[in-house]
Amino acid sequence: MAKKDLLRRRREKMIQEKGVIYLDNVRKIYSTGSPALNGITLGIGRGEFVFIVGDSGSGKSTLIKLLLRELVATEGAVYVMGNDLAKLKHRQVPKFRRNIGVVFQDFRLLNDRNVYENVAFAQRVVQTPSSEIRRNVPAILATVGLAGKYKAKTKQLSGGEQQRVALARALINNPSILLADEPTGNLDPKNSWEIMRLLEEINERGTTVVVVTHNREIVNAMRKRVVTMKKGVIVSDEEGGEYIDED
Amino acid sequence: MKISTLFYTIRQGFANIFRNKWYSLASIATISACLFLFGIFYAIVANFQSILHITEEGVCITVFFHNAEDDCEVEHVIPTDLRMEEIGQLIAKRLEVSRVQFISAEEAWADFGPSRFGEDYQKGFPQNPLEGWDNYEVYLSDVSMHDTLVTWLDSMPEVRKINDAKEVADILNGTNLLVAYVSVAIIAILLAVSIFLISNTVAIGISVRSEEINIMKYIGATDFFVRSPFVLEGMIIGLVGAAIPLWLIYVFYNYVLSYVIENFNVLSKFLNFLSVDQIFQTLTPVSLAVGVGIGFLGSITTVRKHLRV
Repeated sequence: MAKKDLLRRRREKMIQEKGVIYLDNVRKIYSTGSPALNGITLGIGRGEFVFIVGDSGSGKSTLIKLLLRELVATEGAVYVMGNDLAKLKHRQVPKFRRNIGVVFQDFRLLNDRNVYENVAFAQRVVQTPSSEIRRNVPAILATVGLAGKYKAKTKQLSGGEQQRVALARALINNPSILLADEPTGNLDPKNSWEIMRLLEEINERGTTVVVVTHNREIVNAMRKRVVTMKKGVIVSDEEGGEYIDED
Repeated sequence: MKISTLFYTIRQGFANIFRNKWYSLASIATISACLFLFGIFYAIVANFQSILHITEEGVCITVFFHNAEDDCEVEHVIPTDLRMEEIGQLIAKRLEVSRVQFISAEEAWADFGPSRFGEDYQKGFPQNPLEGWDNYEVYLSDVSMHDTLVTWLDSMPEVRKINDAKEVADILNGTNLLVAYVSVAIIAILLAVSIFLISNTVAIGISVRSEEINIMKYIGATDFFVRSPFVLEGMIIGLVGAAIPLWLIYVFYNYVLSYVIENFNVLSKFLNFLSVDQIFQTLTPVSLAVGVGIGFLGSITTVRKHLRV
């Protein structure tokens, strides 16, 4: 018993020190009764680029929701940046999320505001002084290639441009982790590749990037770590792996 | 909260109104319609109660006392002048009493004689026939206390006779109760209709806001940061929604009042209508508070549903 405790404490200390994502034998069962995740153990180190792949219903989205603390694991523990997410109180969640940038398939932009306001909004949330916002927003828009479009309404932009705005918004507060849930799902191949190159650049600057995707071509071409999920469990986890179609 | 965040919240509160202008207009119209009905109903009830109150103030109980003409058995309870004064003070102290007026026998005869026997009423009466009939006219502060006061007056040994106003008091009492019940019923109906209309309007707003609130929460906004512009927006909508019917009622009430006074002069002699200032003394703070309150509660409950992300 004492040895088990010692191991647990050592593991938790490692997580605290390295600031990684760590899921320890996680199960998530929805009210319908079927487990969306069934005993997942996964560690992601600082600065890694990881693809999470799998068919619909494999549990990818549930995994992302657990990492964002939108859901809480039914069993097991989820650690992100040293935080045990089950122990995080509701009022502590906003501060925790400021360390995580998130990008969705449907962009989730505020469509009644322009590009600048969408990106600046993320800084307002963390109460960044206005003078800094005025400096930071043009800089990040330049990084994602939208320097000339800061006044445009988001609905006037193409899908690829909208995803860049979402990316700029996710990055402006310098998050340690970037979660991208099907970021190329609504984009043509050209725009998909541009977004993936941006994600790679961001990763090269030290941000941990986790990408959930169905895009086999991109996964196979980029030769990153690939975690494959099926029916709530991890079936393979390979560095430089490929998206293998199980069917 | 930082000053820049405060200004941002205020700016967003106002901006939200224009961003969702159709939702804002629908909310303002709903609150305005409800408060307009409230206002009209309040003006009618306030006037009715004022008329009733004026009528109540005229309800008078007359108290007579034993005098020398009575049996010898009651001789010891004939009140002296000092005791009469004391009794007057005792009556005036009662909660049920708004004012007391001493009417001497002479005053009573001077008032009664001409009305009964004409201007030369003193011809046939060398002496005051009402000698010893000094009395108190007691005016009620609340007609519902009529019986209590009469019972108390009757318990005084010096009291010989009481001309009560039981019938008038009962009629006024019944009318008061009826007005109270009808008011409560109408207010309850109006409130139910308001809640139904407002909750429908709020439901329309939810679809517009849920996505926006979700995005804010994913970015790491605190509940307070998410909630405050929406709450401010709700309160502004409530304030505007309350101000519009107040202005309409002000114009409408003034118009109706002058129309009635000009065209139904006879009515205005009997009925004392409240001025627009008297009505608005209560209606303005109540309407504004209800409007802002509805806006506050409506927005806070709408946003709360979407905060658990």
